[in-house]
Amino acid sequence: MIRLPDRIVLSFGVAGALGLVVSLALAQEPPPQERRSGFEFMSRESQALQQDDTSNPGMLWVAEGETLWNAKAGQSGRSCADCHGDAAVSMKGVAARYPVYFEEQKRPIDLQGRINMCRAVKQQATPFPYESRELLALAAFIGKQSRGMPITTGDDQRLQPFYAQGKELYERRMGQLNFSCANCHDDNWGRRLASSVIPQAHPTGYPLYRLEWQDMGSLQRRFRNCMVGVRAEPYPFGAPEYVNLELFLMTRARGMPLETPAIRP
Amino acid sequence: MSTGSGSLMVRRRDVLTAGGGLLALIVARPARATPESMAAAIKAFVGESEVQKGKVTLDIPPLVENGNSVPLTVRVDSPMTPQDYVRTIAIFNEENPQPNVVNFHLSPRAGRAVVSTRIRLGDSQNIVAIAQLSDGTFWSDTAELIVTLPACVES
Amino acid sequence: MARALINVPPKAKRGEIIEIKALISHPMETGYRTGPDGALVPRDIINRFLCTYNGEEIFSADLFPAVAANPFFSFTTVATESGRLAFRWVDDKGQAHLETAEIIVE
Repeated sequence: MIRLPDRIVLSFGVAGALGLVVSLALAQEPPPQERRSGFEFMSRESQALQQDDTSNPGMLWVAEGETLWNAKAGQSGRSCADCHGDAAVSMKGVAARYPVYFEEQKRPIDLQGRINMCRAVKQQATPFPYESRELLALAAFIGKQSRGMPITTGDDQRLQPFYAQGKELYERRMGQLNFSCANCHDDNWGRRLASSVIPQAHPTGYPLYRLEWQDMGSLQRRFRNCMVGVRAEPYPFGAPEYVNLELFLMTRARGMPLETPAIRP
Repeated sequence: MSTGSGSLMVRRRDVLTAGGGLLALIVARPARATPESMAAAIKAFVGESEVQKGKVTLDIPPLVENGNSVPLTVRVDSPMTPQDYVRTIAIFNEENPQPNVVNFHLSPRAGRAVVSTRIRLGDSQNIVAIAQLSDGTFWSDTAELIVTLPACVES
Repeated sequence: MARALINVPPKAKRGEIIEIKALISHPMETGYRTGPDGALVPRDIINRFLCTYNGEEIFSADLFPAVAANPFFSFTTVATESGRLAFRWVDDKGQAHLETAEIIVE
């Protein structure tokens, strides 16, 4: 088993004619050629399940998401389709670049947050609760429109401070067990924790059907599992910490293909 | 390991709720099937008939990463004609709370006797598939499985 | 909830053996789990699944709690004539659900 090298920090600063500055910070994470999606750590059976749209349970949520996409909602009496048309066209590549900077709130927003924002503001409908069937279904349906496309999150310069906060959270030890995300997912990926293999924590397939949950779930649900796992008090659903952390992880996973709706053990 | 009864399960539950912190960490163990109860369930299915090994192939991964969803395919060597076909395929287990898993009822219209599904396995155990043919005979296959369950169970 | 994803080939040749797949949305609550309050979550499963082809039963299953959540079945039938495949499943509460698929057989 290859031990990852000690903390490596690489910064690139490029000041072009337009004063454009691009900064890319890589610390301690798997080097690009060693990045593996959680897909690669699964059994052959789980991989086969993910790749078969006729038996992947996540596709049930995708199907419901499509129904919701076309359903008129709220006081507006508008469906998603009324503004966005055919999701296969308008949503292509969208999930692969989230979280994005949201000007109105001056901070990043995740896809679920964006869906609910549209519901509240554009459709004048009640936002869906976190982890509700409807929210997972819409996120799965929209996510699937980017399936196979490379993740492109994090290009926006304004996301930098939030990316940094997400990175700090990822590296911070927490809970009674005093582990950071990095302790497992950077330093010990590929090794076993009890009987399962530790993946590298690339959120390449969310929302996903987790066999342990026997249910569809969001990345935030997964974060909460992990926080409880190290005996830390999890942040509530929708917490900005989760969005910052997702921003960090999706940026770290840039270039890897999106797999939504994925299967994970 | 007892097969358990209604009142035994109530007692376990009372202990669990009264026990608080430490006991809450112990996973509730419901009553379990045993090799004996599986044998009884098989007897209920086949009656006095003999069960012969053969004709049936139980396809299931021997090392199961997650017991919550285990793909299973059963094949029976049969022409599936109105004169000679598979009536029923019954799947049994040894360690889940109940010995039955699923029964499939086929007809000569199937063309082939191949069925797939996904099952749950609570522990490492043997799984038995028994096919009842139209001539009244019973045939079986057995698979020995190791089930490893994931860590960090969600609270 | 999208109650099921049914997969039947839209067209087949007469006499061809076709594969039918059904993925049904259901948590298949076993009755052996404890909920957050420590009490057993009551059993609630689909216990019967049935497929008919132009009214004649071609496949059925008796399900027990050991069938995984969001049950999946794959089985075969001989494409004999054009028409309708009907899928029916019943849960412990006695609620039945129905889905259909059309097939053209040439």
